[in-house]
Amino acid sequence: MSGSPLAISAWTATSALGRGRDAHARALFDERTGLAPTRFETCTLECWIGVAGSLDRPLSGELAAWDCRNNRLAQLGLEQDGFTAQVARAAERYGAERIGVFMGTSTSGIHSAELAYRERDRAANRLPADFDHGRTSCTWSIAGFVQASLKLRGESIAISTACSSSAKVFASARRAIQAGLCDAAVVGGVDSLCLTTLHGFHSLQLVSRDICRPADTRRNGISIGEAAGFALLERADAELALLGDGESSDAHHMSAPEPNGRGAGEAMTRALARAGLQAADIDYVNLHGTATPANDAAEDRAICSVLGESTPVSSTKGWTGHTLGAAGILEAVISLLCVEHGFVPRSLNTLSPDPSLRANLVRDSRRARIGRVMSNSFGFGGSNCSLVLGRP
Amino acid sequence: MSAFVQAVGLFAPGLPNWSTSLATLNGEQLYAASDAGIAPPQPQLLPPNERRRAPLSVLLALHAAEDAVQRSGIAAGDLPSVFGSSDAEMAIIHRISSALAEPARSVSPTDFHNSVHNAAAGYWGIAARATRSATTLAAFDGTCVAALQESFALLADGERAVLLVLYDVPPPVPLYEKRPIEVPVAVALVLSRESSTASLASVRLDRADTETQLPDPTLERLRRANPAARVLPLLCAIARGSEELVGLRAQSGRIVGVRVSRP
Repeated sequence: MSGSPLAISAWTATSALGRGRDAHARALFDERTGLAPTRFETCTLECWIGVAGSLDRPLSGELAAWDCRNNRLAQLGLEQDGFTAQVARAAERYGAERIGVFMGTSTSGIHSAELAYRERDRAANRLPADFDHGRTSCTWSIAGFVQASLKLRGESIAISTACSSSAKVFASARRAIQAGLCDAAVVGGVDSLCLTTLHGFHSLQLVSRDICRPADTRRNGISIGEAAGFALLERADAELALLGDGESSDAHHMSAPEPNGRGAGEAMTRALARAGLQAADIDYVNLHGTATPANDAAEDRAICSVLGESTPVSSTKGWTGHTLGAAGILEAVISLLCVEHGFVPRSLNTLSPDPSLRANLVRDSRRARIGRVMSNSFGFGGSNCSLVLGRP
Repeated sequence: MSAFVQAVGLFAPGLPNWSTSLATLNGEQLYAASDAGIAPPQPQLLPPNERRRAPLSVLLALHAAEDAVQRSGIAAGDLPSVFGSSDAEMAIIHRISSALAEPARSVSPTDFHNSVHNAAAGYWGIAARATRSATTLAAFDGTCVAALQESFALLADGERAVLLVLYDVPPPVPLYEKRPIEVPVAVALVLSRESSTASLASVRLDRADTETQLPDPTLERLRRANPAARVLPLLCAIARGSEELVGLRAQSGRIVGVRVSRP
């Protein structure tokens, strides 16, 4: 990597597996999925979803103006693992104006707009007076909220490239730090359940009625989940670091991956090159692994062409569901847990692996020395990002 | 951090592309916001099939990108890109949210796949065979500063050239009342690390104390009417070919300076 790897000096996640790192580690060890065949809000679609919490406590005080379901999930996430306190200490070191906020999201506070339209004055064609587009609905709202909650005063940016969003924040934040635009960065992502994604993915026939089964012969779609995750990146000595990042575009189709996996492979190759590592240096790959027939096949081709057929790989979406714009940070946190605990999770819910997939799919979770993990995230619009995380 | 502006692309009411708009931007002509400029542009790189399905914000972004890249002397496919848009396509949010407020809840699959904030970047990739990284970001009214900084950071990270595209379009009623983006605007810049005979200007991030406003009141009104138009003072400085310091307001409220000089 040009310059030394950036330290990941604080990190946390909240998802259907629970709040904070320990809850995630326990669920992974216990092989307990966070997915359930329950319903979100008024949605009646039959599918499994990953709910992070009831989130029925409104934001209060100075944060009240930012109140919406997505920002409530963000706040819950920021309160775990001492993350807010660690950022406050970093702000004392660098100055609050020298810490950038880079948040990945696909739908941000769109659920607020859904509710506003439901409650609109149809005769006058007006949205409710208290609907605040800027702070509770627009794409940037999650970045502005995280900055306000952490009392930071630098720039706050939302990166929104569908399901690669909160992987790409690592690359953008690294560049910003190395270019001197900021001294440290809070990166992460938040995407919460909403009707737009549930009905939208359903309209594209990409949601499974069954629990999602990555890499399975009978896989037939995603299970949607929600998550908030955060990491603090800075130039420092640390046990865990961002070792490499790689980005590319499929330039193929808006909502389907390039079947031969070329674009995905290019992101992986660039991440390895930036980390200065060889294929053999990667101990485990946390797949994008959505459990759609097309994604898993294309990603398998990319894995086999870049890393070969022996590197252990698995998808953890059978645990968490596909958390869309938060998938990058959630799976980065899971990857760091694998390194910290010396653990490789199996591909949960995979009953009969698709024989046409040639990568070395982990069938049984096991203890192992894990130094470096590659985490893949691919999104609509052909947006690809691979991260290499682990011990520097 | 510094860069060279290799080409500029543009679409706004009365400013249909860079070459036609030069005389307005450099102050030789007064700005006239003709309605003729509001007909949706038809980016030629986009196959007719995709052009029909693409929403207005995508047509605008691709038109500006094409306008810039064609005169940059750099192959479209070789350029990593930064797309900055505060709100992308709110007409789709309007249609989907309206549909979800009805009992049938029928969301159009085309609307859904066009609803992603990075739709323009995705269509650009397909149209231009651009396989390098493409980042789409939003920072509300400070989106142009965030996108400029990301572009400079890509060059500092070793990229030889970067395509920067800023675009936003007016939302339909009733969203318009909550986010009054008045007119459609798209701006594209091709920035490179090295100068060439084609370079229009040299630009460097610098300190500035005040946000630059435009002396022509109608052009100043355009600058305020759309988050993408906040970059107009930079375009005017490039068009004039003079040495000046442009102040742009970031979302934090901080003013970021861009020093423009001859290449």
